[in-house]
This record gives sequence, structure tokens and C-alpha cells, in this order.
Amino acid sequence: MIRALWAVFRRDVALLLFGAQGRGGAVLPLLFFLAVAMLYPFAVGPDARLLARTGAGVIWVAALLAAILPLDRLIEPDMEAGFFDQWALRGLSEELLMVLRIAAHWLSFGVPLMLAAPLAAGLLGLSGEQLRTVEIGLLAGTPGLAAIGVTIAALTAGLRAGAALGGLLAIPLTVPLLIFGAGSLQPGGEGGLLLLGAASLMALAIAPFAAGAAIRAGRE
Amino acid sequence: MQACRLAVDDLACRRGDRVLLAQLGFALAPGEALHLAGPNGVGKSSLMRVLAGLLRPFAGTVEREGGVALIDERPALDLHQPLGQALDFWRRIDGDAPALAVDMGLEDLADVPVRYLSTGQRKRAGLARVAQSGAPIWLLDEPLNGLDARWTAAAHGLIEAHLQAGGIAVIASHQALALAQCAVISLADFAP
Repeated sequence: MIRALWAVFRRDVALLLFGAQGRGGAVLPLLFFLAVAMLYPFAVGPDARLLARTGAGVIWVAALLAAILPLDRLIEPDMEAGFFDQWALRGLSEELLMVLRIAAHWLSFGVPLMLAAPLAAGLLGLSGEQLRTVEIGLLAGTPGLAAIGVTIAALTAGLRAGAALGGLLAIPLTVPLLIFGAGSLQPGGEGGLLLLGAASLMALAIAPFAAGAAIRAGRE
Repeated sequence: MQACRLAVDDLACRRGDRVLLAQLGFALAPGEALHLAGPNGVGKSSLMRVLAGLLRPFAGTVEREGGVALIDERPALDLHQPLGQALDFWRRIDGDAPALAVDMGLEDLADVPVRYLSTGQRKRAGLARVAQSGAPIWLLDEPLNGLDARWTAAAHGLIEAHLQAGGIAVIASHQALALAQCAVISLADFAP
């Protein structure tokens, strides 16, 4: 059982991180994230004070959209190819598979974003203090984004226009994470990090069951 | 091979709002095979998924004892990977079960990415995946589609070897099968 789950996890990570089979891997969300950080100063002008005040919020918006980007590739291709049915026959529960997929999705977008955040912070002129808060916030918030992303991907897999619908569904559900994440960067807003962590944990606790049920319902 | 049994009692299948089959019943013991015959759309594939436990029966019961291996129209192999690696993924999941010696002519294709394989070659890969799983109950949905005469015979040989070893096989096919001993159920007789 453990060996089977390990094999599935290794495949999940390889597919989501390096991409294949029409899945772009981790590069696309990462480039998207950096592109936003690079374009924003061009759009609002080089006023360093304005950039430093608003830049952290932009990092959060970029992170959220980067998390939504790979949604249609998270579940759908494996459902189409019959992988989930074959795993079910082998007694691997959908909930466990979803835990693995959330972890793999997080590794393929959360960790790269955290690695790219210093670069984005440089482009936006954030202080070291702000960067530290952004990094802690991303560490607390991206697991929640991954959990919500996998749940939505499971719910919309197999639907026509599932990708567009997935994006629309994800935005309201991820708003709390955005509010707490960006709020933690306001002066005296460190309490936002705790709320961010709490919201993230709640999403992580619910997501495997919701996504697992969605996969099962998709068979009917 | 582990003990196995597959029994179905008073089964009804539904697809969408339509009841496809009703009052179907059979029981299979080790070494027995069953051919589900019938025209397109009669409910063969739905019945296979009910037998596999992927769909709930609309009515009636399915009793399964022993692991299940399923082959259907989807190969469940990573298209970008070479066939050898794609099959190895399932071997790692299934463990080193005492599997049948398979000769589906896949050795020469081990380095070929799955997406370049023809329909018949993918079917052979699916049969190899089922055979290496070591599961005693085989559910084969149209296993002969796309196979030429040579590999149709090889597939028959594989199924016979599985039955000899004490396995169960349920084969849904619109083609005639040439197995030594095989019960046939015509699903059209069970349409409501």
C-alpha cells in the first residue's frame, strides 16, 4: 500500500513539476508570476514609495493567479486516461490520492513561487522586512491554495469548459487567503499570518474529502 | 493464485435515466470464464464497470472475492513515456505478484512512447498490464478490438493460461471467442 502510494506520488510530482503530456509543469506558473512582478512597475511608474506600498499585494495576486493557471491539468488528464479507475480497483482511496496530488501540486507551484519571491521583491522594491513577511505568508498560504486548486480541478474534471469554470470557482474560494496574505503586510498586520495559516489549514482539512467525493461522483 | 469468486444476483444497471439490464444473475468459480455478448449499446461496458465496483448497481448485488483487473477502452498508460516505463509504473503499484509469463510481443516496443503505438499495440499493452497485476478476476472489455489474427490467438492463450491457473475471466465482446470452456450470456435477453 505504502509502496503503491509512493509510486503514485513520484508520478504526480514528475508530471506536475516537469510537465509532459500537454501539461506545462512548474515553469509556466513561475514565469507568469515573475512576469506580473516585472510588468507592474512599468504600469504604475517608477515611484519607489508607491511600489513598496502596493508591491506585496501584487505578489499575492500574482501568486493566486499562478496557482489557478495549471488547474485544468491537475486531474482531468488522469481521469480521461482511466488512471483513477485503475487506482480504485487496487484499493487506493480517492482521499489518499488527493492528499498526494495536493502535495505534488504544492511542490510544483508553491515552492517555486517561494524561491522566486525574492526576485519579485527586488523588482517591486520591497524591503527585507516585507520580503520576510511575504515568504512566511506564502509558506502558510500556498498549501491552502493547492488544496482549493485540487478540489476545484476534481469538481470540474470532465466538464465542458471545465478550465474556465474552474478559474471562476477558484477566485471566490481563494479570496480569504488573499485578504489575510496581503493584509499581513500592512503595518501591524502580522496577525494576518495566523489567520492565513488557519484558513489554509481549513482548506487542507476539507479538500481531500471534497475532491475524493468529486472523483467518485464523476464516475456516475 | 488467491481464492476468488464473482457472483451476481438479480442485477440491474442504469446509465443516465435508462435501465439497460435487469434481473441478470450468474456465479463464477475459479477457472471459469464468461462471455458477455450483445450488440453495441446493450450495456456491456456499464456492466463491466458495475462488476469492477466502479459503478453502483441500480438493483441487486455483486459479490467479489479477490482482486480485480480491468481493461477497457482507456489504456491508463502515460502517453509520453516509453511503453516499458509506463508498464513499470503499474508493476511498482501491483508489486511483484506471481504474474503469468506474458508474451504479447512488447519487448521490441519497450522504448517506444505509448502515444506512437497503434490501437492493437495499446490493446496488447493493456493485456500485459492485466496479466502482470496478478489479480485473479479479469474483466476484459472488448480485449480483441484492434488485434490481428496472430495476437487474437495470443490473447486467447493468455486468457486460457489465466483460467488454468485458477483465475476468473469475464469478457465483454461482440466478437466470437474461441475459448475451450466459456459460458455465454447474451445481454440482449436481459434488456428490460
